[in-house]
Amino acid sequence: MSRTAKFLIPLALFLIAVGFLFKGLFLDPHEVPSPLVGKPAPTFQAPVLSDASKTFNSADMKDQVWLLNVWASWCGACRDEHPILMAMAKTNQIATYGLDYKDTDQEAQAVLDTNGNPYKTIATDANGKIGINYGVYGVPETYVIDKAGVIRYKQIGPITEEILLTKIVPLLKELQR
Amino acid sequence: MKKLLVIFLLIVNSVFAGEAKPLADDPVLEARLKALSQELRCLVCQNTTLADSTAPLAEDLRQEIRQLMREGKSDKEVVDYLVARYGNFVRYRPPVNNSTALLWFGPFLLLIVGGFVLFRVLKKHAIGEDIQPEDE
Amino acid sequence: MIPEIGQLSLILAFCFAILQGTLPLIGVWKNNAMLSNLAVPAARTQFVFIAITFICLDYSFFANDFSVLYVASNSNSHLPLAYRLAALWGGHEGSMILWVSILSVWTMAVTLFAKSLPETFRIRLIAVMGMVSMGFLAFIIFTSNPFERLIPAVLDGRDLNPLLQDPGMVFHPPVLYMGYVGFSVAFAFAIAALLDGRLDITWARWTRPWTTVAWVFLTLGIAFGSKWAYYELGWGGWWFWDAVENASFMPWLVGTALIHSLAVTEKRDAFKVWTVLLSICAFSLSLLGTFLVRSGVLTSVHAFATDPRRGIFILMYLVVVIGGALLLFALRAPKVGLGERFDVVSRESMLLTNNVVLVAATGSVLLGTMYPLLMDALGAGKISVGPPYFDTVFVAIMAPGLFLMGLGPLAKWKKASLPEIGSRLRVAAVISFVSSLLVPIVMGKLTLMTAVGVFMGIWVASTTLILLRNRIKTRRVATPNLIENLKGIPLAFYGMLLAHLGIGVFILGVTLVKGYESEQDLRMEKNDVAKAGGLAFKFEGTQEIAGPNYVSTQGTFTVTSKGKVVAVLQPEKRFYPVQGSVMTEAAIQPGVVKDMYVSLGEPLENGAWSVRIYIKPFVQWIWAGAILMALGGVLALLDRRYRIVNKKAALAAQDLQEAYEV
Repeated sequence: MSRTAKFLIPLALFLIAVGFLFKGLFLDPHEVPSPLVGKPAPTFQAPVLSDASKTFNSADMKDQVWLLNVWASWCGACRDEHPILMAMAKTNQIATYGLDYKDTDQEAQAVLDTNGNPYKTIATDANGKIGINYGVYGVPETYVIDKAGVIRYKQIGPITEEILLTKIVPLLKELQR
Repeated sequence: MKKLLVIFLLIVNSVFAGEAKPLADDPVLEARLKALSQELRCLVCQNTTLADSTAPLAEDLRQEIRQLMREGKSDKEVVDYLVARYGNFVRYRPPVNNSTALLWFGPFLLLIVGGFVLFRVLKKHAIGEDIQPEDE
Repeated sequence: MIPEIGQLSLILAFCFAILQGTLPLIGVWKNNAMLSNLAVPAARTQFVFIAITFICLDYSFFANDFSVLYVASNSNSHLPLAYRLAALWGGHEGSMILWVSILSVWTMAVTLFAKSLPETFRIRLIAVMGMVSMGFLAFIIFTSNPFERLIPAVLDGRDLNPLLQDPGMVFHPPVLYMGYVGFSVAFAFAIAALLDGRLDITWARWTRPWTTVAWVFLTLGIAFGSKWAYYELGWGGWWFWDAVENASFMPWLVGTALIHSLAVTEKRDAFKVWTVLLSICAFSLSLLGTFLVRSGVLTSVHAFATDPRRGIFILMYLVVVIGGALLLFALRAPKVGLGERFDVVSRESMLLTNNVVLVAATGSVLLGTMYPLLMDALGAGKISVGPPYFDTVFVAIMAPGLFLMGLGPLAKWKKASLPEIGSRLRVAAVISFVSSLLVPIVMGKLTLMTAVGVFMGIWVASTTLILLRNRIKTRRVATPNLIENLKGIPLAFYGMLLAHLGIGVFILGVTLVKGYESEQDLRMEKNDVAKAGGLAFKFEGTQEIAGPNYVSTQGTFTVTSKGKVVAVLQPEKRFYPVQGSVMTEAAIQPGVVKDMYVSLGEPLENGAWSVRIYIKPFVQWIWAGAILMALGGVLALLDRRYRIVNKKAALAAQDLQEAYEV
């Protein structure tokens, strides 16, 4: 190494660090990607919201592509997301199932009664156990599950129109083929 | 009168004074939970350990860990359980593997290489006639 | 009106920073005295305008002017006055104002106290400081204006984060900033020296006191912060290896290395390239810390609200300042000579070995802090790097350095003999080894960690005392009188002793509190008694009290030892209505041997409370150690040779000799 090149090492290291820092500006340190993507979705059975006599069994979902949307009446961001879910429900193309996370039936039902119910069925997870198995850490969260019961995508935080059109819909089309 | 009151209070106090009870039913398990959860990261508040977090999810997870420990799971199995659900993000002690090799061994490498380079430079620097120590 | 004056004077300060940072450099380059003479007046005018800005902003806090967005977001009319004034640095914008204010305090100090420097060097120095200031002022004006109006004004503010409503908030940030902004002076010295081609003994001698002052502040600032966390967070932790803490700790480590390598450079005119690089790195790490805290690239408990525009701005600034400095370094450093010779085993080589250790330790902190970002950027997944990593790697790297700390100061300058040092340290080795077994046994539990920790702590402390004894011995022939003898030893030597002793005290504190703290989570009803550390804690019940801007439930615990009351502890659970948040105020009875620490958890049924009782042995030694280190720095600064430099008198040959002996 020539004598001058040696003195360029600190600058080079610094510039590499800058490259990473720059990239870091566009990453979200709060988002924790799920290790469950690409793995079989945990199966669960849970009482159906406002109708505890019925049970939702995730195993029954085999051979169809479905969305599991984790939500709660106490969650503000869920209310922001709600219109998008309603729009999705209107198309009749997307099967959205709800998981009412750490909530009471009365409060959850009240929200649905006022804002509308976009879900085919809503399973309840009063103590948050199913949530833990799915690695839920902040509601709303949405899982796209394929015909084989494998989680193909996880949306952390509310689904926005952009995410719906650029990520979820193309994925669903591919999976439904 | 005042004296009487004091005496009365003392009696009352001594009657009701009780031993404080541990909050947890099983202090041994609790200590184990504490030690383990100090190496785990709370997912909601993010820069707090699972042991110190007051977030509801942290409470649920602590409850889950208690349950697993009662079932006789080892610390490693508990950690694996959480990693399977939340990823390596939950571990404050990152696993040693190919992608973290630089993290774990880099500083030691820096120490060794630095020491070696310094030794070489010092050696070169000292070439020449004998150096005499400087008196204080 | 007042906020507008503040805004205007901020812009004027920026203009003067531009003047200060550019024209004098051109002046020196073109040999134009008129331009170069602008440096000092421009710097002082900038100082005045920044002072006006600061006062205007703080006045807005004082006057509860909630038409200023920043005031409305960080203060409240019920907030006590001291916190209202300190709320200035409670958020991102205001803390940037604190940043530039302190930078201009340092610049002002340079214009006042660095008069003995050669003219061109001094002008370049001030101009470099002006450039640093320029970038930050632009950053404030374009991305983080604290004077932005809120129209219509709100009736009351959203309050200062209750976590920050603490006396620590008044002192910790200014002292900490004095520290890491203070490294800008060493940085400016380095850049001026590189520009000037004057990388020599005198440069090192000038840089040294400035670096030491900044280091003293940084040491105290970090210690304050740690103490604050200890009593504020309610569970007695004092260091979390959080990204923001690391951001202040890295400049401290490099600053410590710098102080030691400056000693070699000052004495032997050697390793100048290395020393100048460290000067650049210390401040660069301060800047990096600023970026990390304010850009949102890392999660931290202390992070400010983030805005990507700010991140990009600071990053560009880093590229210009650090990149420019390192480029200048690469261009000029190859021409620097090697300096005087010394042996492979000598005081000089020991000091440089210390540097290798400290740099590797900094490397571990830097890697640990940045690694999650690195992995994420490379798409390799998200990981967390926390205390278990740092406690393992950082400690393992520092350990050999601490061992060498005992040897180094005993080594003779230029050439030392290891067997001779060894023979002098035999006593220290024995003392350390015995106590490494004895202390843990007395404390009740012997583990490898505590044994090694106690060994290191006692080793560092005892070798320091042996060093003093040795010094007295060698001087005894010339000055037999002990008092005269002690008086004749330069203050800088005492400074070094004290700082090293501080490290020993610190290590003992850390080891003993980590090894022997006890913690109990209890359910306590009124009049229940809990036993911890040979003491009885009696819960006397709770009462409601009203604070200036909070309501509080205060518990009372009477602590008795063998029936005698030793302390009354009153932990609180405070509710701050404005932000709707609950704060835990622990009650602590500090002591030399142990702290009693009680914090209230949650109310349970039947008036019972969940209570945490900790006994924290020797925890105060951690901060006592830090204060000793800082005092050591102060003593070094009071040393005669600096006073002589400041009096502009030439350094007499004898004084030089005396100074070199340190």
